[in-house]
Amino acid sequence: MTFEAKHLLGIEYLKPEEIRTVLELADQYVDLNRRTQKHSEALIGLTQINMFFENSTRTQASFELAGKRLGADVMNMSMQASSIKKGESLIDTALTLNAMHPDILVVRHPQSGAVNLLAEKVNCAVLNAGDGRHEHPTQALLDALTIQRAKGRLHRLSVAICGDIAHSRVARSNILLLGKMENRVRLIGPPTLMPAGIADFGVEVFDDMRAGLEGVDVVMMLRLQRERMDGGFIPSEREYYHRFGLDAEKLARAKADAIVMHPGPMNRGVEIDGTLADDINRSVIQEQVEMGVAVRMAAMDLLARNLRTSKQEGIYV
Amino acid sequence: MNLILHNARLIDPEAGTEALGGLRISDGKIAEILDQTIDVNSQACRTKQIHLIDCNGKHLAPGIVDVGVKVCEPGERHKESYRTAGLAAAAGGVTTMVTRPDTIPAIDSPEILEFVTRRAAQDAPINIRHMAALTRGRNGREMVEIGFLRDAGAVAFTDCDRVVQDTKVFTRCLTYAHSLGALVIAHPQEPLLSEGAAATSGKFASLRGLPAVSPMAEKLELERDLSLVEMTGACYHADALSTAAALPALERAKQNGLDVTAGVNIHHLTLNELDVGDYRTFFKLKPPLRSEDDRLAMVEAVASGLIDMIGSFHTPQDEESKRLPFEEAASGAVGLETLLPAALRLYHAGAIDLPTLFRALAYNPARRLGLDSGRLCVGAPADLVLFDTNVPFVLNRFQLHSKSKNTPFDGQRMQGKVLATFVGGKQIFGGES
Repeated sequence: MTFEAKHLLGIEYLKPEEIRTVLELADQYVDLNRRTQKHSEALIGLTQINMFFENSTRTQASFELAGKRLGADVMNMSMQASSIKKGESLIDTALTLNAMHPDILVVRHPQSGAVNLLAEKVNCAVLNAGDGRHEHPTQALLDALTIQRAKGRLHRLSVAICGDIAHSRVARSNILLLGKMENRVRLIGPPTLMPAGIADFGVEVFDDMRAGLEGVDVVMMLRLQRERMDGGFIPSEREYYHRFGLDAEKLARAKADAIVMHPGPMNRGVEIDGTLADDINRSVIQEQVEMGVAVRMAAMDLLARNLRTSKQEGIYV
Repeated sequence: MNLILHNARLIDPEAGTEALGGLRISDGKIAEILDQTIDVNSQACRTKQIHLIDCNGKHLAPGIVDVGVKVCEPGERHKESYRTAGLAAAAGGVTTMVTRPDTIPAIDSPEILEFVTRRAAQDAPINIRHMAALTRGRNGREMVEIGFLRDAGAVAFTDCDRVVQDTKVFTRCLTYAHSLGALVIAHPQEPLLSEGAAATSGKFASLRGLPAVSPMAEKLELERDLSLVEMTGACYHADALSTAAALPALERAKQNGLDVTAGVNIHHLTLNELDVGDYRTFFKLKPPLRSEDDRLAMVEAVASGLIDMIGSFHTPQDEESKRLPFEEAASGAVGLETLLPAALRLYHAGAIDLPTLFRALAYNPARRLGLDSGRLCVGAPADLVLFDTNVPFVLNRFQLHSKSKNTPFDGQRMQGKVLATFVGGKQIFGGES
């Protein structure tokens, strides 16, 4: 079992073996979570602080539950309402919290790289719960676990990621993870929502959804933010749905057993057809939520093990 | 008093030569160019009126004329003052510093210009000239009193990193400036495309998830400016160019005989976008660092003479404005002291020879601004830099003289050091050699 990372800042910094380690352990936590008695003591005595500088219900709940099931003392801080408004810098906030000796910091921030900056200034394990357009590593890991359980493997699959790639940290983390695990990745979306230089990431880019979905094993839809729909990036919601919304007819181009994923929250009728999202034969959207808790438990457990080892060795003083 | 600097490798950017020899300096000016056969033990040399300095075969060149230095007076003296900028310049071999008007408030009236002129004269040991804003408050709406400011000593007019978006206003500024023979300097970057950008669009910016601008933004704005220069006949300098895409337009304009010159910042000649690494904010510049292909194209353009000047684009920022998430962090880097060692990287890489380098660092900027320095000829002011091209050192940012320590070269290996700096024949930096 290999997992050497001190923080989980992004998929970019993980080796394929480390990804496999997280997924193996998460698989075990899935079983634990399905029992009535869901408690483990992996994080007993440790303090976990969730710092969310950006609104989040789902991710924050998932991290909170993961921490509590592992026995950590969990505290949620909604940073939008706090000292940031009083002009305190990110580093000062980090140092203040650091003085309270947390063991695990879970951070979401609206700016790319902010979590990296914070991780340099504290001496506990830092988990990136999404920073700007940069990365959202636990989302990519839970997607990977979902795919692995549905498809029986996590390599040599053809995966289509569709929608607003340019503004999506979920897309970036998934592209990196799927690439590291040797899958073929296709990106589908209007060119205005495609980041520059994306073809250099070793992916295939399509602006025709039907062509892009041809023969894929996995269809991963992304959320389209409301503020991007009003003519700035795409002409209108209905034109977007017509060209890039996932419906049964477009999905028919994919393999017959292709699964449909979405990181949530969904805009039914904008990027995905409502009936399709609820189709238990195709959609694994609810499984993704379930895997989310397990993956976060696994990631925090592994980081805590490294934390304990390094504290014994005196690295963290 | 007479001063003789002998046994030096003289770099003459005007003639494009490098030769052993010496200089006799009298009344602050170069009085005689000596060849290597001078007998320093001769009667004349031994008389007490002559002070002899043996340069030990090191390089002696005209002092650097650095156009576009930001000294944060008035407004942000905690970032840089005329005293500290002067010390940094002296240590960097910069003998003439041409300051930017993007202070708080902007240098947009004769009164503010007079204030900075006085401050500069009080506190700095080197020559300082000032540029003034082109429009009031650098707001791009009304032109400044170009005539009065010119009479008060402004050597050029620029709104710095703010582009005058209103083409009509910019046209009138160019026309009016032209009637007075005033130089207008712009940093062409299409403003709407560049808005909010922290990096150059491409694979690296996408991987880091940073808002980015296409390198085409520079070409777009430069082409607009050059069309207006063609229309008005103004003297125009495009500063802080950084992309290969902009160069053909520049070349065309020069071939067509427009009164156009161009400059590049040292950081765009020596660093590329990948140096940002994991969000290192000391590498956040404006315009942002570009691809390696762009960097190479800029180096080649300096070597060929298409780009006329190299500047440090010295922009002091305090720790607080850099210790922030990358997008929020302030742009800019200090450069006065590292300009020459960084430029010598190009020399060591075999990309640019020393006379060409000093053409871009001293001769061309001085000529463009109408200054008589930047040359090694009889009658020119004895503004000189003596340096060793080979001394290796590792840069420690806390040893810089600037108040702000935001250099991207911290911890990097450099090769080449300033040994002594002379302004008007007076040594202002370095020990006796």
